[in-house]
Amino acid sequence: MTHLDDAALARLRQSVREPDLSGTRYRLAGVAGSGGMGTVYVALDTELGRRVALKVLDLEDPETEARLRREAEVLARLEHPGIVPVHDVGRLGDGRAFYTMKLVEGEPLDRSAACLSLPERLRVFLRVAEAVAFAHARGVLHRDLKPQNVMIGPFGEVLVLDWGLAKVLSDPRGRAEGANGANRAPGDTGEGSVLGTPGFMAPEQQGGGSGSADARADVFSLGALLQSLLPPGPPAPLRAIARKAMSPRPDDRYPGAADLGKDVERFVEGAPVSAYPENVLRRALRLAKRHRVAAAIVAAYLVGRGLILLFTHR
Amino acid sequence: MPRTDDERLTRGFPPTRHSALAAIRGGDEEQRRRGLSALAAAYWRPVYGYLRLHWRKPHDEAADLTQEFFAHVLEKDLLARFDPARARLRTFLRACIDRVAAGGDRAARRLKRGGGAAAVPFDFEGARAEVEKAAGSAESADVLFEREWARGLFAAALERLRELCAREGKSQHFALLEEYDLEAGADRPSYADLARRFGIATTDVTNRLAWARRKLREVLLDLLRECTATESELREEARTLLGLDGP
Repeated sequence: MTHLDDAALARLRQSVREPDLSGTRYRLAGVAGSGGMGTVYVALDTELGRRVALKVLDLEDPETEARLRREAEVLARLEHPGIVPVHDVGRLGDGRAFYTMKLVEGEPLDRSAACLSLPERLRVFLRVAEAVAFAHARGVLHRDLKPQNVMIGPFGEVLVLDWGLAKVLSDPRGRAEGANGANRAPGDTGEGSVLGTPGFMAPEQQGGGSGSADARADVFSLGALLQSLLPPGPPAPLRAIARKAMSPRPDDRYPGAADLGKDVERFVEGAPVSAYPENVLRRALRLAKRHRVAAAIVAAYLVGRGLILLFTHR
Repeated sequence: MPRTDDERLTRGFPPTRHSALAAIRGGDEEQRRRGLSALAAAYWRPVYGYLRLHWRKPHDEAADLTQEFFAHVLEKDLLARFDPARARLRTFLRACIDRVAAGGDRAARRLKRGGGAAAVPFDFEGARAEVEKAAGSAESADVLFEREWARGLFAAALERLRELCAREGKSQHFALLEEYDLEAGADRPSYADLARRFGIATTDVTNRLAWARRKLREVLLDLLRECTATESELREEARTLLGLDGP
């Protein structure tokens, strides 16, 4: 009879948990993180001499395997600097499905945001919105946008991660999927599934109605992400942008991530934003803030003229 | 090489094993005894450990009660009351043990010693030292039972793997696993050390150890499948067993 002390039990648990990389080009180098579907390991690609991220299912299961494969396919169709490139997909000797992708070393936005100024946070947000707009243009919804799924690299790279809940709106030939999800591929979660993260999930995604959600569900999540990046007492136009993006009715939101990004960009440039109507005074204040030197000259001129008028009429 | 083609990615999963639970709940007496043996192989250790540590039973009484508990499961048809929609089997069995332990002396007098018990040799002396090492730790009953359950399943899986290796002429594969994962202290031997000790190439150590671990995982999950009632229970229990949800 085999006797197992606590240390041996812990070693065995680790051994059967780790992916069986024998017979592959990869060697295990550490653990990068874990999620509901699987674990992401750091692996060495011995043929190319580089480190990669290897995502592997924790347990063999047809449903999660289809999701993993779907995620790899989605990543493969989204070649964008803000989206992690996938390298390889397959099955390990222990039967578990895996894929490898670029190893992103950095900090997730929820941990790094506190060290960033508001302009830096807005720059990050604009990169995220660009990546999501690109995905929308390719017919892909992310459906789980939140600070934890945005990685900031050591050189300021911004990458949108975790496309495991992504939904493909159209097939590669451009045929639109039916609203009832009839053309849904295996692993593409849709109608009847509650997906996303509370607080970042659009109302139409809640209660299992995600099959009818469109790009505006991601706009909602981007609005929640923007709101999470704002400091206490934020500028009113930014608050208005986030509020519009998070409108309960999809029709009241920005139609797409690009439109939302453009409004934030306009704020950054000191231009009027669509979500925040201005009266004459607000407009004058914004223009004065944007053109400080000119505003100072005009103000000096007006003060001078006022003083001249005052003294000449005495 | 990894299998990268569509065919392999969509290949079938292992067929569902015959559940020990279904066998115990079935009408055939022989099937019920076989099912109980499978259940007892996985659960005798956590039952014994739980009786020692939570119920503070001395060794002899805990060993007797463990035997009697499994006989009790069969004779009283306890698993007929198990509803997988309401609880995991592990939780249900722990509640049953509590009832047996609470009235243990009476149950012991009623049941013939060993009568109706599963045909599994319980190595209580072997388990005794491990349990007594943990005797001082202040753990909740849940944590204690879960840890002993995991230890019991891994121990049973190792026994099956040892038999499998002996049958397939791969005893060295098992010996490598023992050296590297079971008997090593804080300083594990390197693969090169093992290669020298066993007189084989380092690549052989890598491959044989990988094979043994792969098989251990398979055997362990098969064992768990036999002792769970539904696929969702199997997945939840597998996550706990493999430590996927953290400590």
